[in-house]
Amino acid sequence: MHSISLALNGKPVHGQVEGRTLLVEFIRESRGLTGTHVGCDTSQCGACVVSVNGKAVKSCTVFAVACDGAEITTIEGLAKGVDLHPMQVAFKEHHGLQCGFCTPGMIMASIDIVKRHGKSVDEETIRRELSGNICRCTGYHNIVKAVQAGAANM
Amino acid sequence: MASATGVGASVRRKEDLRFITGKGQYTDDINLKDQAFAYFLRSPHPHAKIKSINTAKAAKMAGVVGIYTSVDVAKDKIGGLICGWGITSKDGSAMKAGPHPILAEGKVRYVGDHVAVVVADTKEQAKAAAAAIQVSYETLAHVVDAAKAMTSKVQVHDVAPDNRVFNWGLGNEAETDAAFKRAAHVTKLDIINNRLIPNAMEPRAAIGAYDAGTESYTLYTTSQNPHVARLVISAFHGLAPEHKLRVIAPDVGGGFGSKIFIYAEEVVCVWASKHAGRPVKWTGDRSEAFLADAHGRDHVTKAELATDANGKIIGLRVHTIAAMGAYLSTFSAAVPTYLYGTLLSGQYNIPAVYVTVDAVYTNTAPVDAYRGAGRPEATYVVERLVETAARELREDPAEFRRKNFVTQFPHQTPVIMCYDVGDYGAALDKALAMSDYKNFASRKAESAKNGKLRGVGLSAYIEACGIAPSAAVGSLGAGVGLWESAEVRVNPIGTVEILTGSHSHGQGHETTFAQLVSDRLGVDINSVSIVHGDTDKVQMGMGTYGSRSGAVGMHAISKALDKVVAKAKKVAAAVMEASADDVVFQDGSFTVKGTDKKMAFGEVALQSYLGHKFNSSEIEIGLKESAFHDPANFVFPAGVHICEVEVDPDTGHTTIAAYTCVDDFGNLINPMIVEGQVHGGIAQGIGQALLEGCIYDEESGQLLTGSFMDYAMPRAGYMPNLADFKLGFTCTPCPTNPMGIKGCGEAGAIGSPPAVINAITNAIGVREISMPATPLTVWNAMQASGMKKAAE
Repeated sequence: MHSISLALNGKPVHGQVEGRTLLVEFIRESRGLTGTHVGCDTSQCGACVVSVNGKAVKSCTVFAVACDGAEITTIEGLAKGVDLHPMQVAFKEHHGLQCGFCTPGMIMASIDIVKRHGKSVDEETIRRELSGNICRCTGYHNIVKAVQAGAANM
Repeated sequence: MASATGVGASVRRKEDLRFITGKGQYTDDINLKDQAFAYFLRSPHPHAKIKSINTAKAAKMAGVVGIYTSVDVAKDKIGGLICGWGITSKDGSAMKAGPHPILAEGKVRYVGDHVAVVVADTKEQAKAAAAAIQVSYETLAHVVDAAKAMTSKVQVHDVAPDNRVFNWGLGNEAETDAAFKRAAHVTKLDIINNRLIPNAMEPRAAIGAYDAGTESYTLYTTSQNPHVARLVISAFHGLAPEHKLRVIAPDVGGGFGSKIFIYAEEVVCVWASKHAGRPVKWTGDRSEAFLADAHGRDHVTKAELATDANGKIIGLRVHTIAAMGAYLSTFSAAVPTYLYGTLLSGQYNIPAVYVTVDAVYTNTAPVDAYRGAGRPEATYVVERLVETAARELREDPAEFRRKNFVTQFPHQTPVIMCYDVGDYGAALDKALAMSDYKNFASRKAESAKNGKLRGVGLSAYIEACGIAPSAAVGSLGAGVGLWESAEVRVNPIGTVEILTGSHSHGQGHETTFAQLVSDRLGVDINSVSIVHGDTDKVQMGMGTYGSRSGAVGMHAISKALDKVVAKAKKVAAAVMEASADDVVFQDGSFTVKGTDKKMAFGEVALQSYLGHKFNSSEIEIGLKESAFHDPANFVFPAGVHICEVEVDPDTGHTTIAAYTCVDDFGNLINPMIVEGQVHGGIAQGIGQALLEGCIYDEESGQLLTGSFMDYAMPRAGYMPNLADFKLGFTCTPCPTNPMGIKGCGEAGAIGSPPAVINAITNAIGVREISMPATPLTVWNAMQASGMKKAAE
């Protein structure tokens, strides 16, 4: 077992993890933050995307022990109290979600896209950058609209 | 009353807040005190006898609570999985249903078949112990290809010597044969409808919990129809009577049909929880979903269309071999029969149609309903044939369709369905205009300048949903009625709870159902909550599939609302000292005709519970009503898809250059949500046409497409650009339900595959191409036809 300390959604967290414990397992099972989802076992679907030290990371591809000292933000840490993040607002406003399962990963990945490509990120870039996030419900049409709108308000 | 939150408004979804903030509660998010974890040992062989299972070593491993096999199932007399729809063959014999035990008994029949279950303190311990179980198999020859099943020496089930489950027919054989004899032209196609893996983003999961104090069970499960799960687990598996079994389907991350069915894993979790003395949780991983969720489609078809000298369709003849997989899943038998053959008349006035279907066992995962279920397969047959016939007859495919459209309603087809209403020409006109069909040639020329081959393809689909009139489906072999239930509970302060047997797993019922209530009772949409997915709260229901929750589920709510209003009028009349006949309810207020007396809905609700101002021996206390709704007919959404593709002649890569879809869903409850359903359905159809194909290796029987790295899911870049993806609507209100609505959940997936394939064949100038039209498939087709050379 390994001791780790990290900042999870702005709060200091200490934990004991096995070497094989994935970051997503630590977040979901040890910390009870179940907004981060597991949709596959090959790092393809992106339902588990979180922010690690400001970068979007698939939390199923990282060992928890490797995140010792990291600052991690999950979907639960985006809103400031009742004030939602502009990307969260945009997903609701543009009906960018249906079953909601891929949504946390989509929102976390989308925020990262805007951080890297700016507020006026174009449609082609959004579609290319979202290739690591699978949605089975929406056909992506409204997700792309939501990302554009969210970007403009970030 | 038209309002910003009423029926017809694009109200933003009430359920979204919890999903965008990570507060959704899916089954795997739920953890019960002292729960143990299940892991299933699955068959590595497509077909084998189980000679022995040795669990001795595994049972001693750390954390193991129990290991269970078919021996334990037999001891407890737990029944097998069932197929809830019986099909009768042409010769009058019943379908040949082989046994489907919850843990394999004596034999495994597909890679992924469930052999044993380990329950342990942790997932890792359960998995490690499963790896230590020693199973001795005697491998048998296998068959995975539906087309070869009936002639194979392999016998999947003893009950079906030629692997044939049934040989079913529908239509008029003699008239159809006669039509072909007098035909001026016959168009023939061999069609494969590729096997698909549903892949809802949330993998299936279950938690079974036994309470020894009350001798009752609770099952949390990823289900589209928790009440049907409870019924089957009680009546067929015999685990507990219904009143001792609570099934909860909380937030469910997509279904697309795959979560309708009652699977072994969920039943095992319930059963094992009593043995283990602890809650037993199982969360499938994606690899298990690929192996063991029910797959979709997998048809091999020979189809022919007869036309007369004027290009009028006079006959359609179809033979289909439909794979059922290794076992008959819950509704599997209905899919290639009454959900398929009945739609083969399409939007066309075809006097003679005849279809035969051989359903066959193969050593693969079971096949059952997947978004559209039979209707995409029917539409693909009809629309590929019609487009091909038009091209052979050198007629414009749009006009060829138009001259064969049904124009008089009601229209009785030769294959059971009676279309109630429609205006197929209107949808075609609108789609042609929106897609600028008449200027296609200039866009084709523009593409050619860029070295691309542009093609256009149409599809005019019809489907039957709002499933379904109970007596009608009962006469066709259904084991259940397909009505829906609702209860409206008005609280004393006038807020409203709707209990519905429908289940939302992405459809947005918490919003659309509340829109109806807001309209009818004049209450704020935020004063309405929708309760679903819990058999202890909702008495009974049939669940959500077959685009039925609007057309059937909402009408149950509507009926219960009628009763609430009638009762509230009586209370209002008593309180206002008027005759109930003089009380008018409008915009949320009760008024007495010819007076200024007025009571708000909330005041009447309160008075209903106070009982101070009416005689409670004449008017019962309270304001709560329930209703069941059984539809009078299927509903018939129809529409036109027009797809334009660009093919790169060097690589065979296809891009959806433009997509237009016009649907007639009758009256819309929430256009934003309806459009979302269409987008998603079309994405699945584009996926089927271009990307997705489940492949079992013929030699080894192994699933080759067992992960998202091998099975190509549609991603954002495969869909048409925002500006090139156009949706439109026409409206002929459904006459058989008061709200005039049809279903919209499956139409996108039904109409789109033939539009895409018709566009590709048009682009590269070939007659046939199989799905998925991957770059390799398209490139090979171009090489074979010499098209690439021409393009150069």
